[in-house]
Amino acid sequence: MILKGKAHLVGDHIDTDAILPSRFMVTTDRRELGTHCMEGLEPGWGQRIRPGDFIVAGRNFGCGSSREHAPQALLGAGVSAVFAESFARIFYRNGFNMGLPLFQLPPGAREAIGEGDELEIDVQSGIMTDLTSLQTISCNAIPPFMLNILSSGGLVEYVKKQTRR
Amino acid sequence: MKHTLAEKLLLANLVDAKDGAGIAPGRIVRCFVSMTLAEDLTAPLGIKAFREMGANRVFDRDKVALICDHFTPNKDVASAEQVKSIREFAKQMGITHYFEGGNCGVEHVILPELGLVGPGDLVIGADSHTCTYGALCAFATGVGSTDFAAAMVLGETWFKVPESCKVEFTGRLAPHLGGKDLILETLRRLGVSGALYMALEFCGEPIDALDVEQRMTMANMAVEGGAKVGLFASDRKTVEYAKAHGRNTAWEIHPDPDAAYAQTLRIDVSDMSPRVARPHLPDNVVGVEELADVRVDQVFLGSCTNGRISDLRVAAELLRGRKVADGVRFMVLPGSARIYGQAMREGLLEVFLQAGAVIGPPSCGPCVGGHLGILASGEKCLSTSNRNFRGRMGSLRSEVYLAGPAVAAATAVTGRITHPADL
Repeated sequence: MILKGKAHLVGDHIDTDAILPSRFMVTTDRRELGTHCMEGLEPGWGQRIRPGDFIVAGRNFGCGSSREHAPQALLGAGVSAVFAESFARIFYRNGFNMGLPLFQLPPGAREAIGEGDELEIDVQSGIMTDLTSLQTISCNAIPPFMLNILSSGGLVEYVKKQTRR
Repeated sequence: MKHTLAEKLLLANLVDAKDGAGIAPGRIVRCFVSMTLAEDLTAPLGIKAFREMGANRVFDRDKVALICDHFTPNKDVASAEQVKSIREFAKQMGITHYFEGGNCGVEHVILPELGLVGPGDLVIGADSHTCTYGALCAFATGVGSTDFAAAMVLGETWFKVPESCKVEFTGRLAPHLGGKDLILETLRRLGVSGALYMALEFCGEPIDALDVEQRMTMANMAVEGGAKVGLFASDRKTVEYAKAHGRNTAWEIHPDPDAAYAQTLRIDVSDMSPRVARPHLPDNVVGVEELADVRVDQVFLGSCTNGRISDLRVAAELLRGRKVADGVRFMVLPGSARIYGQAMREGLLEVFLQAGAVIGPPSCGPCVGGHLGILASGEKCLSTSNRNFRGRMGSLRSEVYLAGPAVAAATAVTGRITHPADL
């Protein structure tokens, strides 16, 4: 599967309170959560996202609370994948469970990606092309176990398959 | 083969014994869950996922806990509707451990208190501070709502076996210091992503000397260093605690002496002053003496980090016969109904009231910034909770400092961040 979209840059340690402040955790509706995406970083930040776009982050993206509302809000806003130097572990697990692919950037790669760059990623191989700067970046390939959950369509579908057996 | 605590606990809960042969960091293993939990903010998504999975019953109605502690007593119609949906689900599934109202409290305070988690258990919870139970030598970690749902259906979950980082303390703690100071110092050294995906294992003489409640304060914040779990060996104190809290069986669990650690951090606690984390990350830690000029508008004593009876005792001891400074709001939220009652019988609530505190219901309260004590722009709060992210407790232009109960009490009295010895 190939995904294509614009890069939106954020910094290190973007916590889940920044991705979705707790006061909005009174709904399970993905679209509604999406309207508050990144509101803890800067009110209105999420409005720059067009369907299919990417977030490109530094270290420890998604740290803090276990709230699944954070990846839900990203998906609801139209984000199709996140690139980061590293991910907090609960967020990493949640992302794949929700069907949001997450890619770990090799050292130094983040600095090479500009705000608004057009990116293209092959989900299976983790090979990303920055179509604006015409460079290729090899992200860590997604572990087979996670890829299996992702290709099942997320954890709900994965469990359905398990219980059907 | 020699094993760390994390490996021992995973081995003890394997679904398939074959996964255990030559177990090592990086391997994916499936484990049975002894308990799985969610709270009022995370349960609704979990229940939705549970239904989407096509399930109509939970794997074991005694091994699921639903705790309505975040936005309760319900703060508005939307949160009341969420709690109602959880209540109906609990009833429909016949879930034994449903907490709301008079039996409620902060989830990570009440589950150990009721003996629902204990040594050797494997626990996943749709709340990041589930790692608190590592203090009791349970492999306990936070997950998302859908992982919680999957555990409710299957009774099992999967883990990547973590590398372990040993945190070895030496020396003797000065008066007024406790578990909070040890974990803040650990975070200062590790950084907020220093233990990413790892198991932290705490040991050393100062740890042996700590009571189980103080160990819970430490395990609670393991996630603030990015760790999967924060573990303590189960020793005589752990076993006594577990037995005193309704566990019929409990045993000691220690790591093998020659187990392999990816990293060892040694911390000498002699001469350490009380620690405080400045805004806006929990690793932004300094000694309390460096912050004497910082004035605060609010002080919060409570939460899954420091809302236990020993925390209330420490604060009350310092507040006895003293008053909260003018212009400071001092919020005290006992962690559970049992602690509330105990604090009342011991006269601690009287001390807080005489000092001018606001005593709230056992709940998460201001920690998560949704309810009971939200900060306005420009306001500063010193909190005994676990996170000081920007906007965590209210306005994006408010600031949160984290410290233990002694610094909280001293700060409430002076209105400035204060060393308890300076009162």
